[in-house]
Amino acid sequence: MPRPHLYLLATLACAFGLSHFSGRMDPYFLDVLTGVGINIILAVSLNLVNGYTGQFSLGHAGFMSVGAYMAAAVSVFLGPRLLGESGGTALQQGSLFLAALITGGCAAALAGLAVGVPSLRLKGDYLALVTLGFGEIIRVIFQNFEPLGGALGLNGIPAYTTIFWVLAFVGLAVFVVTCLVNSTYGRGFLATHDDEIASEAVGLNTTRYKIVAFVIGAFFAGTAGGLYGHFKMTITPTGFDFTKSIEIVVMVILGGMGNTLGVILAAILLTLLPELLRPIAEYRMIIYSLMLIVLMLARPQGLFNFKFGKAKL
Amino acid sequence: MLTVTDLHVSYGSISALRGISFSIPAGAIVTLIGGNGAGKTTTLRTISGLLRAKTGKVEFLGEDITALPAHQIVARGLSHVPEGRMVFSNLTVDENLSMGAYLLSDKALIAKNREYVFSVFPRMKERLKQTAGTLSGGEQQMLAIGRALMGNPKFLMLDEPSLGIAPRLISTIFEKIVEINQSHGITILLVEQNANLALEVSQQAYVLETGSIVMAGESKKLRADPQLKATYLGG
Repeated sequence: MPRPHLYLLATLACAFGLSHFSGRMDPYFLDVLTGVGINIILAVSLNLVNGYTGQFSLGHAGFMSVGAYMAAAVSVFLGPRLLGESGGTALQQGSLFLAALITGGCAAALAGLAVGVPSLRLKGDYLALVTLGFGEIIRVIFQNFEPLGGALGLNGIPAYTTIFWVLAFVGLAVFVVTCLVNSTYGRGFLATHDDEIASEAVGLNTTRYKIVAFVIGAFFAGTAGGLYGHFKMTITPTGFDFTKSIEIVVMVILGGMGNTLGVILAAILLTLLPELLRPIAEYRMIIYSLMLIVLMLARPQGLFNFKFGKAKL
Repeated sequence: MLTVTDLHVSYGSISALRGISFSIPAGAIVTLIGGNGAGKTTTLRTISGLLRAKTGKVEFLGEDITALPAHQIVARGLSHVPEGRMVFSNLTVDENLSMGAYLLSDKALIAKNREYVFSVFPRMKERLKQTAGTLSGGEQQMLAIGRALMGNPKFLMLDEPSLGIAPRLISTIFEKIVEINQSHGITILLVEQNANLALEVSQQAYVLETGSIVMAGESKKLRADPQLKATYLGG
């Protein structure tokens, strides 16, 4: 059995184990852990686009919000009808939540396709600007779309997100990305990153590779959004603005572009850091920013630049 | 094998090719020489579909390929080794070669092509697990050519294979180019600034100057041409 499959099984086992004991765990710890998990999904999926494939997307929060809103819409509007007054059994709720997350992921993937097809012919800075624009457009759309709450946001989302779901999707995202970039097909992502002209010269359809990376990345951003919405129980358009996208990009850069394990560690570190700095309240964002600058000066190649499985870079 | 008719290409408002026409017979080595900015690389990139022609036509084996995307042109057996040894520097030599066979699915054929690449460039077999970016310039050029051969091409376009390579290796690489042509019958279009060398290995030559063909003929005759000698061959 190849190693990625083992990792997936281990994560799922962990997820089951943790959810079993979650009743006895510190709620604050669980909250932080959930936030860490969601950020890992976001960073690992963005890494497929920005790291392995070498594109520069600044719209990951946009895809996250599409997923968050669509998943929330499923459980808020369809949930009561399907589950009835009683709220349904745990199994029914679980299935509804899974359906909601997949709907959110697919909606985000569709958005990814819609943005990717026209814009992935652009390179570097131009692509960054287009994806940045996309994120803002999505935000403004949700802000003005009253059926989904408009500027006030969507409230009353059932709290379906548990540590089990988060870890399960972390495992799935890492598994899919790792298997993909280690496959024969997936080497095309690395080749596109290394040299687009040479890739086309050996017969790769680089535009298609970029779109595939974009769509898969958007899918997982969408599921992360769904998990986030059902965790916070309320979502507002401003929660998915430009700064959120930047935060994810920072995780990818700090972890080392195209290095899944590094990106996971960076996501953990950058989620925990603001929490650990909480006691010094007003200074924490200053220290956080300073640490980022120092880290980037000291380790421009990424904080954790080592190999994970066969994929490298 | 390849016929180019009245090809015009421009970058924005600057025209790079102003109506060039030429044809390349099967089995030949043909060279395109000319100074910087003459349009040599532009010609190759347009043929392989990396650039789009404004007007004009490129026919390969009787088929119009002018509007085809690059990956479909490669699939028809026309391979391009880009200028500046564009290898995938973060992949190993082995993975680079595998990428060259990207469009092939026949495992036996891929293995055969791999053996062929090793027979032409034994050095590649020694460096199989090495990251391509750590190879020397000459080795990277060998890898770039080897990678193109992995795709089983009928027609190979080489862009400046001597660029930035140790002089001792240049002659080796040109010997290999002739070997590929003769042992495998692969037609070759060679773009070179080193006109002397290019005229030596080729049968036919075209001289490009600011986007137009100014001279054409047998390589042997062009080598003796006084005007060409003065301009490109250094006396």
